[in-house]
Amino acid sequence: MRKRYIVLTLYIIFLMLPIYWLLNMSFKTTNEILGGFSAFPRDFTLDSYRTIFTDPSWYNAYINSITYVVINTIISVVIALPAAYAFSRYRFLGDKHLFFWLLSNRMAPAAVFVLPFVNLYSAVGLFDTPWAVALAHTLFNVPLAVWILEGFMSGVPKELDETAYVDGYSFPAFFVRIFLPTISAGIGVAAFFCFMFSWVEMLLAKNLTSVAAKPIVAAMTKTASTSGYELGLLAAAGVLTLIPGAIVIYFVRNYIAKGFALGRV
Amino acid sequence: MNKTFNNKAWWLVLPVFLMVAFNALVPLMTVVNYSIQETFGNNEFFWSGTTWFEQILHDEAFHDSLRRQLIFTGLILLIEIPLGLAIALCMPRNGPWVSVCLVLIALPLLVPWNVVGSMWNIMALPDIGLLGKGINALGIPFNYTRQPISAWFTVILMDVWHWTSLVVLLCYAGLVAIPDAYYQAAKVDGARPWAVFRYIQLPKLKHVLTIAVLLRFMDSFMIYTEVIVLTGGGPGSTTKFLSIDLVQKALGGFDLGPAAAFSIVYFLIILFLSWLFYTLMMREEAK
Repeated sequence: MRKRYIVLTLYIIFLMLPIYWLLNMSFKTTNEILGGFSAFPRDFTLDSYRTIFTDPSWYNAYINSITYVVINTIISVVIALPAAYAFSRYRFLGDKHLFFWLLSNRMAPAAVFVLPFVNLYSAVGLFDTPWAVALAHTLFNVPLAVWILEGFMSGVPKELDETAYVDGYSFPAFFVRIFLPTISAGIGVAAFFCFMFSWVEMLLAKNLTSVAAKPIVAAMTKTASTSGYELGLLAAAGVLTLIPGAIVIYFVRNYIAKGFALGRV
Repeated sequence: MNKTFNNKAWWLVLPVFLMVAFNALVPLMTVVNYSIQETFGNNEFFWSGTTWFEQILHDEAFHDSLRRQLIFTGLILLIEIPLGLAIALCMPRNGPWVSVCLVLIALPLLVPWNVVGSMWNIMALPDIGLLGKGINALGIPFNYTRQPISAWFTVILMDVWHWTSLVVLLCYAGLVAIPDAYYQAAKVDGARPWAVFRYIQLPKLKHVLTIAVLLRFMDSFMIYTEVIVLTGGGPGSTTKFLSIDLVQKALGGFDLGPAAAFSIVYFLIILFLSWLFYTLMMREEAK
């Protein structure tokens, strides 16, 4: 029993070390970083954070990222809900083929889609807006949301639907008032995954934007080029990208434990 | 569950169908279009048949990236799947520590991929990074910008850090879903821990393990951002995986024809191997 907790603790320490090192770097001055190895910041400074919070090109990049991630999560989950219901409750013409085709998009490398996406979203006039990135990310998030939600919905007995129809509920009323609350854990988990995969993706987000909608993942690449190699600034920007993720995990922490088991995922 | 046949369900699927079709079919048509044509600019295109495909399939550089990619993905699966399963078995089933462990373990999954690269870049710097300095202090020469072995070690360690958590979460979900009755029955029979694992836990985990293998296979086969930030494909081109090669061709060289042919071959390899994994693991399950 005790051996298990030692293994677990070691693993968690392994997970936390790079994050600690990032935090450590973000509180150092550039001189101290380049000066040599040190496990703790000697001249503790918040300069890097100050730069980020006062420079619009930095903090706007955060706002841009959060904008497209939220748009993407809402679109993905809202359109995936009825589709997942259809897959879990009905057979229809081409259902299996459609499901596999949806999943196959999860296997498409972003590198394959970069160039065509730039052409496509330029053509429809969305290039360099959060909408372009939000819509592009639905390519892999919608299939994932359908998959997760279908798992959760299949766990709900069909008698629930039938009883509701006998009680005189119409389909929309039943879906919104009875069915959605029943699978709220599944919606939480699906939203968590959509948020996660949209927040962490860089290749599409970077290439579908230029100035106006520049996301944080693209803004970070400039620390290496403009004024030398600013490791402190890079580290601070990195630390700030961890915060939305940490908040989202905190909200779904109970859903992760229960939720994963309920769905087939 | 017995499902009723009803073609009206298509109305429910329609929004998803239109959204994904817009995103997938239009670009895919573009890629196919480019892959069979030759262009000299000015939007003039000429039929070129299978030239680009032949060129890519006989390209030494493509063979090299494909070989590197297969070795990388193979190592990733060999390390992450058993490790993730082992960690999930170590997790507490209930109590206040469950949430803490889950949140800490899920954290790497929510780090943007370029930040993962930067993080390990800083971590592995030979003179001021914790990992780089640590390994050098042990007397082993380590420099991931110069030595291919160091670069590979860092890239693999980074991926293990980043993605093992996904395997842990999936396996943990599977383990929690096993009803207590199974364990009680095993206890009555006096089963040893190994027997409990082999005959109760492992069979029940087959479904989540299939998902874990598929997801880890696909994602490691598409790896781009973390590696480009960490090593840029170097030293030389020793960590240049398929996506890095493709992006260099498509965005760097504007060689649209060969890049498009590359894209299609790449996508087909992923589809084929995913199908193979899925079929093999499902056949195993059917036994």
